[in-house]
Amino acid sequence: MTLSEPAVYLSLIVFLPAIAALVLAIFPRLNDDALKLTTLAITIAVLVLSLGLFRQGAGIDFQAGVAEMQNTFNLEWIPSFGIQYFMGIDGISFPLVILTAFLSVLAMAASWPITKHVKAYCILFLLLETGMLGVFLALDFFLFYVLWEVMLLPMYFLIGVWGGPRREYAAIKFFLYTLLGSIGMLIAILMLYFNSDLTRLDAEQMVNAGIVKTTPGQSVEDALQAWTDSGSPLANDYADITAESDLAKRRPLHTFNILALQQMGQMENSPFDKEMWAGKSVQWWAFILLFIGFVIKVPSVPLHTWLPDAHVEAPTPISMILAGVLLKMGGYGIIRICYPICPDAAYDLAYCVCFVGVLSMVWGAFAALAQTDFKRMVAYSSVSHMGYVVLGLGVWSAVADTGYSPYYWQMGVNGAMFQMIAHGISSAGMFFLVGVVYDRVHHRNLNEYGGLFAKMPVYSGLAVGIFFAGLGLPGLCGFVGEVLVVLAVWRYSIVLAVISAAVVILTAGYILWAIQRVYLGAEYTGPHGENLTPITMRELLIAAPLLVLAIVLGVYPPSLLNYMQPSVDRQVERLAEWTERNHPPGTEGQALNDEGGHMAATRSD
Amino acid sequence: MNLSSVVDNLISDTLGSSLPLFCPELALCATIVLLLFVRIFRSGSAIPPFLLALGGAVAALWLALPQEGLASWTAIEPQEIFTKLLVYDSLSAYIRVFLLGFAVLFIVLSHLTGIADREDGQDYFVLVLGATLGMCIMASANHMLTIFLGIEMASVPSYVLAGIVKGRSRSSEAALKYAIYGAGAAGVMLYGISLLCGVLGSAHLPTMARELAALDIPNMIASGGDKRTLMVLALGGLMMGAGLAFKLSAVPFHFWCPDVFEGASAEVDAFLSVASKAAALALLLRVGFGLGHVPEDPQSIVADARAPVALAAVTTTSEPTLFQKQVVQVEVGEASGSPLSPVRRFFVILVAIISVVTCTFGNLAAYGQTNIKRMLAYSTIAHAGYMMMAVAAAVALIDGRGEQSQAAISALLLYLAVYLFMNLGAFAIIAFLRNSMQSEEIKDYAGLIRTCPMTAVMMTAVLVSLIGLPPLAGFWPKLRVLQSLYLAGGPLMMVLLVVAAVNTVISLIYYLRVAKTMCIDKPPDSRGPVTLGFLPAAYVFAVTLPVLLLGILPEECAKWADEAARHLFG
Repeated sequence: MTLSEPAVYLSLIVFLPAIAALVLAIFPRLNDDALKLTTLAITIAVLVLSLGLFRQGAGIDFQAGVAEMQNTFNLEWIPSFGIQYFMGIDGISFPLVILTAFLSVLAMAASWPITKHVKAYCILFLLLETGMLGVFLALDFFLFYVLWEVMLLPMYFLIGVWGGPRREYAAIKFFLYTLLGSIGMLIAILMLYFNSDLTRLDAEQMVNAGIVKTTPGQSVEDALQAWTDSGSPLANDYADITAESDLAKRRPLHTFNILALQQMGQMENSPFDKEMWAGKSVQWWAFILLFIGFVIKVPSVPLHTWLPDAHVEAPTPISMILAGVLLKMGGYGIIRICYPICPDAAYDLAYCVCFVGVLSMVWGAFAALAQTDFKRMVAYSSVSHMGYVVLGLGVWSAVADTGYSPYYWQMGVNGAMFQMIAHGISSAGMFFLVGVVYDRVHHRNLNEYGGLFAKMPVYSGLAVGIFFAGLGLPGLCGFVGEVLVVLAVWRYSIVLAVISAAVVILTAGYILWAIQRVYLGAEYTGPHGENLTPITMRELLIAAPLLVLAIVLGVYPPSLLNYMQPSVDRQVERLAEWTERNHPPGTEGQALNDEGGHMAATRSD
Repeated sequence: MNLSSVVDNLISDTLGSSLPLFCPELALCATIVLLLFVRIFRSGSAIPPFLLALGGAVAALWLALPQEGLASWTAIEPQEIFTKLLVYDSLSAYIRVFLLGFAVLFIVLSHLTGIADREDGQDYFVLVLGATLGMCIMASANHMLTIFLGIEMASVPSYVLAGIVKGRSRSSEAALKYAIYGAGAAGVMLYGISLLCGVLGSAHLPTMARELAALDIPNMIASGGDKRTLMVLALGGLMMGAGLAFKLSAVPFHFWCPDVFEGASAEVDAFLSVASKAAALALLLRVGFGLGHVPEDPQSIVADARAPVALAAVTTTSEPTLFQKQVVQVEVGEASGSPLSPVRRFFVILVAIISVVTCTFGNLAAYGQTNIKRMLAYSTIAHAGYMMMAVAAAVALIDGRGEQSQAAISALLLYLAVYLFMNLGAFAIIAFLRNSMQSEEIKDYAGLIRTCPMTAVMMTAVLVSLIGLPPLAGFWPKLRVLQSLYLAGGPLMMVLLVVAAVNTVISLIYYLRVAKTMCIDKPPDSRGPVTLGFLPAAYVFAVTLPVLLLGILPEECAKWADEAARHLFG
């Protein structure tokens, strides 16, 4: 039980906020400032812990350039249901964990204007943080699901109690949409679980799935043998089942292990290829359900309508968390779960995924143009920007025509991941900056602003910088992700590439127009003009780091890509290899419009 | 066999094997007698009835606990007791521990809320313990006679309990409605039982199952033979189902439920929604398995080899040889065309349809409610629907997939255990709040988080757990039910799966509305301070804490349920 054990360290990162929330709940009354300071201290502690992973050579660290899962640990949680307490980090989750911890600190600092029921606010905020961090670290599908749901209730109350005038409607809408998605996800989890079979993995795959631990110099077979004899409930089951030599009589050993499910999804004769309903396989239906669940969170058109309401009604810090972190969970789910576990379905539906992405980009951009509410405009810009993420993840360009080269797809997925981080920074910043003026003048009508540059010069400078980062100006973080995605799409579909490139013009349109209406102009003539005071030190300390990060990531993208790229590239390579195996040249036509499925569907009519 | 040997057998059966296994029920009987008699003596009435009842219930619970700890259900050998009227197996043992544990908690609750004051105490506790006794018999019934006896023993005290609050017209109305409805349902059920017993020539469930198997219904349907027998059987099954559905408050026999729940006191609602429902579900399971499954008892196969012979006679024209008999017996056990499969299909389809309607109707009807007890009444209707889905899955799976069928039973048992804490917690909070603010309207709960934060938080936890969201306890049983439905497979079960999932989303709104009222809305100015007092608050905390703990660490409880379900109906 030392801090250098992953089990202790990662659990501490995830559950420190929850424990603190419990202590705050029990603890006798503190005054409001003390509560806020304590909560801020906890979020800072979590940030320090997660930054501690950068410290190379320490007991526990995150090694850049390693593609595989690191710092995994695997403990029994509910053996009766086959659920494990299994976590780990790789290049895909690591940047998101850091982003979450970082934005939590900023959002808590931005919570100072909150004066209503501070204790409850702090407790819910900390519970929310536990859920967010847990989702990115969980590698057991069920643990993932539980933590995913953990966030719902705190978020509901954070919007419902501390939000704007229509907060209750917005909160329940958010809850309903997400719950609908996650119920579908639950069914998909059950489908995958009951079709999975751990005994089909070989020794090396068992090691890669984080089930079997190797010690240096030990062969994987020895490690598997040692694990089988170790006497843990799972190992005992495994030993019992594999003792049966007749393969036909073996009962399957189901698992929720995400890494193992990925291996199964990509193996020859995947257990998920079994036909389920209407001529489609298990993984096809699972993919549909999972994708809907995640895309609600992203959110993509047409399932995005909860987002503008939730964003507009939520208090500023919660909007920051919502845009900065919660939306990323959808993208994370697609890259971690949908694609690697259900590659066959993803291959069939790649164009649909890309189309959803492009549709969101265009729709979100046009909707943002039409808004007169400042916050609503930023909310729709999130829909548009997250469209790049879905598009980048979906460009399955590793097909026979390209010689199964994973190169452009890697570029797309890297771009999507980069866009997630960049959007986390820029959208959180935009929501915070909108909140700053809203706190002063208590309205968000774009047409009644103007002339803020004169009254709040420092603020306006920061704001223009961050809005440009959102616009995707070269040299700022938004540019890198967008350009990588658009370049990658070119190889996949020229039409989609042209449309997605054209969206940049719309983006520039609504952002520049907003800047013009809010910051430029001669004089502020709207209500409460006398309250427009320059920003405080606290506000500066929140906005400045965001702008600095936006510039650093824009000028030197490898500062992020170095950590992220190996894992992303590796995953895409595996999927490209899978494509080559399962869709060899010449079978393309059959694969693309799966005649068998259509035939079966028409016959049943 | 002369009379004296019959009597000797009876005595040795009763004293030797039956009564030792019946100790908890005997303890309940003794407590009831004691409670009634102690009033006769002047000094006896000084003893608070609460202490007597609590002592009796704790003693009964103690006797009901398995000797080697809660995880040793597997060690229980199923055996028929009292000349096969009752069956003692891990299911009856589990439900008995469940019911008696609930009785203990319930008696404490009744004392704390003051509903059982010194004057009425004896009557109240006698009724509670009497109903519990009836429920224990329901859970271990093995004979149509004990099924009916158990239902009536559980129901009649419940009718009185519903009207226990004297001088309130709503309460009396509820009791009367409940009694009339109950009497009607019991009459229909009795008629159904008599039809079934008449056709099958026995009232002993396993014998009835063997007789059903001997009737060879698949062949009867195929050859278009005796349609009248089939009609009578189906009619008897439906009528019996009506009686069970009444106890389960399943749609369309649910009309009593909201009225009774609104009229009766919150404590009694807790009793009806938890104990009564658990016993009814156990009974449904018993009937489903009793009639749809021939126990693999080597003696019974030897004694009653008519079924395989009949089948063999159809398949081969020659005289069945011993070898053929064996082959056919294997087929009877494994093939889907076994003689009891139509019975099972009938049962599964019936339960599945009723559960879908019950679940959906309960959730939809809960929307418009303004009274919290009425809303929770519809919520219990909906939850009965979820639990019946597990029963349907269990019976559908029994044919050749015993292990998965046991998983479905284990899902039901876990559901019951978690449901106990959720509903007892909710109704306890409602009862204490009623004592403090004289209202059971949802709108009067507005802003309770300001005045009694712990109660509001606990109630929110219970409500969210009733929705079935992780990480609260209500999620796990729902998951287990979904899992067993998935395992059962087939279009019907998939419909159930989707309906259950969609219903979870539907139920979100009305549960959350109560939580919203308590935590978000502004308290009315007119309301005075709302306080629970230390003991009630401690009770609420103790009862709802498991909802949080089981949500994070369900392993132990899940293991008990698994153990209790293992080796059942093997």
